[in-house]
Amino acid sequence: MDLNVQRRSLIGAGLLSAGAWLGQRFSQGAIAQEPASGTAPPHTGGMTTIGEINHENNGFDPYALLTEWNTGKVSTLPGGQRLREYDIAAIEREIEVAPGVFYPAWTYNGQVPGPTIRATEGDRIRIRFTNQGEHMHTLHFHGMHGARQDGIPGVLEAAPGQSVTYEFEAKPFGCHLYHCHSMPFKRHLHKGLYGAFIIDPDPSQHPEQAEAAKSRVLGTAENQRWQELLMVMNAFDTNFDEENEVYAINSIPHAFMKKPIRIERDRPVRIYLINVTEFDPINSFHLHANFFDYYDHGTTLTPTSRTIDTVMQCQGQRGILEFSFADFEPGLYMFHPHQAEFVELGWMSAFEVVA
Amino acid sequence: MKVWRWLLPPILLAGVIALLFTVSPVRLLNLNAPPLESLQVERTILNTEGITLQVRAAGSEPMQIAQVQIDGAYWAFDQQPPTPISRLSTATLTVPYPWVEGEAHHIRFLTNTGMTFDHIIDVALATPKFSTSTVLAYGWLGLYVGLVPVGLGMLCYPYLKVLGQRGLSFILALTLGMLAFLLIDTLQEGLELARDAAIAFQGQALVWFSAGVACLALIAIGRRQGKSPEGHTLSTYMALGIGLHNFGEGLAIGTAFALGELALGSFLIVGFTLHNLTEGLGIVAPLLKQKLRWIEFVSLAALAGLPAVAGVWIGAFAFSPQWAALFLGLGAGAILQVIIEVGRYLQRKIRQAQQANGSGVSLAGSTTGLAIMYGTALLVKF
Repeated sequence: MDLNVQRRSLIGAGLLSAGAWLGQRFSQGAIAQEPASGTAPPHTGGMTTIGEINHENNGFDPYALLTEWNTGKVSTLPGGQRLREYDIAAIEREIEVAPGVFYPAWTYNGQVPGPTIRATEGDRIRIRFTNQGEHMHTLHFHGMHGARQDGIPGVLEAAPGQSVTYEFEAKPFGCHLYHCHSMPFKRHLHKGLYGAFIIDPDPSQHPEQAEAAKSRVLGTAENQRWQELLMVMNAFDTNFDEENEVYAINSIPHAFMKKPIRIERDRPVRIYLINVTEFDPINSFHLHANFFDYYDHGTTLTPTSRTIDTVMQCQGQRGILEFSFADFEPGLYMFHPHQAEFVELGWMSAFEVVA
Repeated sequence: MKVWRWLLPPILLAGVIALLFTVSPVRLLNLNAPPLESLQVERTILNTEGITLQVRAAGSEPMQIAQVQIDGAYWAFDQQPPTPISRLSTATLTVPYPWVEGEAHHIRFLTNTGMTFDHIIDVALATPKFSTSTVLAYGWLGLYVGLVPVGLGMLCYPYLKVLGQRGLSFILALTLGMLAFLLIDTLQEGLELARDAAIAFQGQALVWFSAGVACLALIAIGRRQGKSPEGHTLSTYMALGIGLHNFGEGLAIGTAFALGELALGSFLIVGFTLHNLTEGLGIVAPLLKQKLRWIEFVSLAALAGLPAVAGVWIGAFAFSPQWAALFLGLGAGAILQVIIEVGRYLQRKIRQAQQANGSGVSLAGSTTGLAIMYGTALLVKF
């Protein structure tokens, strides 16, 4: 395992391209996803949003977000512990949440979901958080840490213009998230302040399941085989009536229907799935024509559910899905929540399996 | 020097407007409020192509419909013209949606600001196509609720002819009661329709203003020779007022029938016939002392009853709420004028005849008129 490669961390929008570059450079995960083309989505029967989103203007691309792992600026502490440093800014800006529909979002580094933080179990994480907005904001991590690092009102909460630094050890391994915990809570969440926090297991701490652990560690030979994808199930309440108008993964409705995610048939697929949908108590993930193993919260190396094709997550719940299309007929395989309501409001996607 | 006094106001006005456009107080206040938006569906057409909606925008800036949801699902749609819809203009949206006959559909428009505007199709039914057979069928419907009952009511003329002085006063008072009912009914109908019009049209004010102007104009025309209309002239005004009311009734029936909100069974048609019969009685009441020629009879019946046919046609094929509100306002004004003139006529009759207990007869008559109209309306209100 070679993680002493020089990595860069850039502030703000620069982080996006750096992340994409790093993702391609070091993880070689899923096939690099290119921006959507202008072709009409197949298999929708007219039930779709119309028009195209300019992802460049929007500051983020849902395709790029699938494989953008931000591993931070890496160095070694005197005790031998690896340190990962990040810069994250709260930026209040308008984003296009459906073609032609503009939403006054609150973002981390200008994107929704925020940058995906990826570390290894036992790493030291240091995050300089700058509030560039006009409201109070925090970073609250789902992970193990002391009360003084919790990122709640009064604890490392950044006032407008202020910076605070969070520091804690990355544990437990799994698929986690971070979000703003300022009040009013619901508004800070549904306006877009959330992101993925993925901790890869340290194989040396799991000798009995070393192979499984290694396959999860970004950059290892065992990991290269996998096509890893980040999917944050989210939604937007564009008219502020406490009900969502738009549902998606990685924010943009029908994005992966208009241009399906390309999957190499013979390489296994791992999805880091996170539900941050507000107002609706649950969201779900259903895969067509195939079954998957599921690791709830990703905190185990053996599946918590085997051979299922639908999994349900409550608000803030997440997990890891593993499956393979080996020996399958190449073609289009849909995936979507099994709440038809969310499907019809944008959370409809497909894999394009290629031989 | 004098010229300046005349030129000053327009020059100042132009200057102030120019100033507003260059240094707007809104910009000075540095307010970055989102534009005001308002969207109204004026026409819904359901056919084999899907759903076609004519919408009117009344926003502070041209409005952009970014997406359309039907029954909680995004659907591809086509907008003509495709440009943002400027204030008070209309656009036509076609959605190839497989609507289900007899069921409700909820339509939601998402604008570029994320605002939503909802429209409900209560009962989905194919919109009547403009063809000879549908035009005839709707025309037939209009005749049934308008001309037929009014004509039947007028045919009661011989019965009224034998009445004495008190009986005549009673019938005139009954007509007044009937007209009072129609006035309230027409105003209500107009105000209700006005709510469906784009806010900028101020539909409810339109109803009141058109009623006021129509009433005053008809009084002025009616008395242009210095005296209040009587006899045949009064009947003509009454037929005009009732005709405008029946036009409104036709509009409501045509629209409701086409939208599937009204199942017009034979029961309801009988109801309309009974309800509008009284109108015919009222029209002939001022003519009881005169000879009535057939041609007058037919033209009065046509004036009062045929507008229902036009109403049904427009309601079914070319409905627009702001025009309907305007017409119903005019109708209310025309009825008010007739109430005033019939009231004065009744007053004169009672005074001329030096009738004892004139007020009692009037009260009994007008109450009976109201009661009949209210009672028969129980059959037809939907």
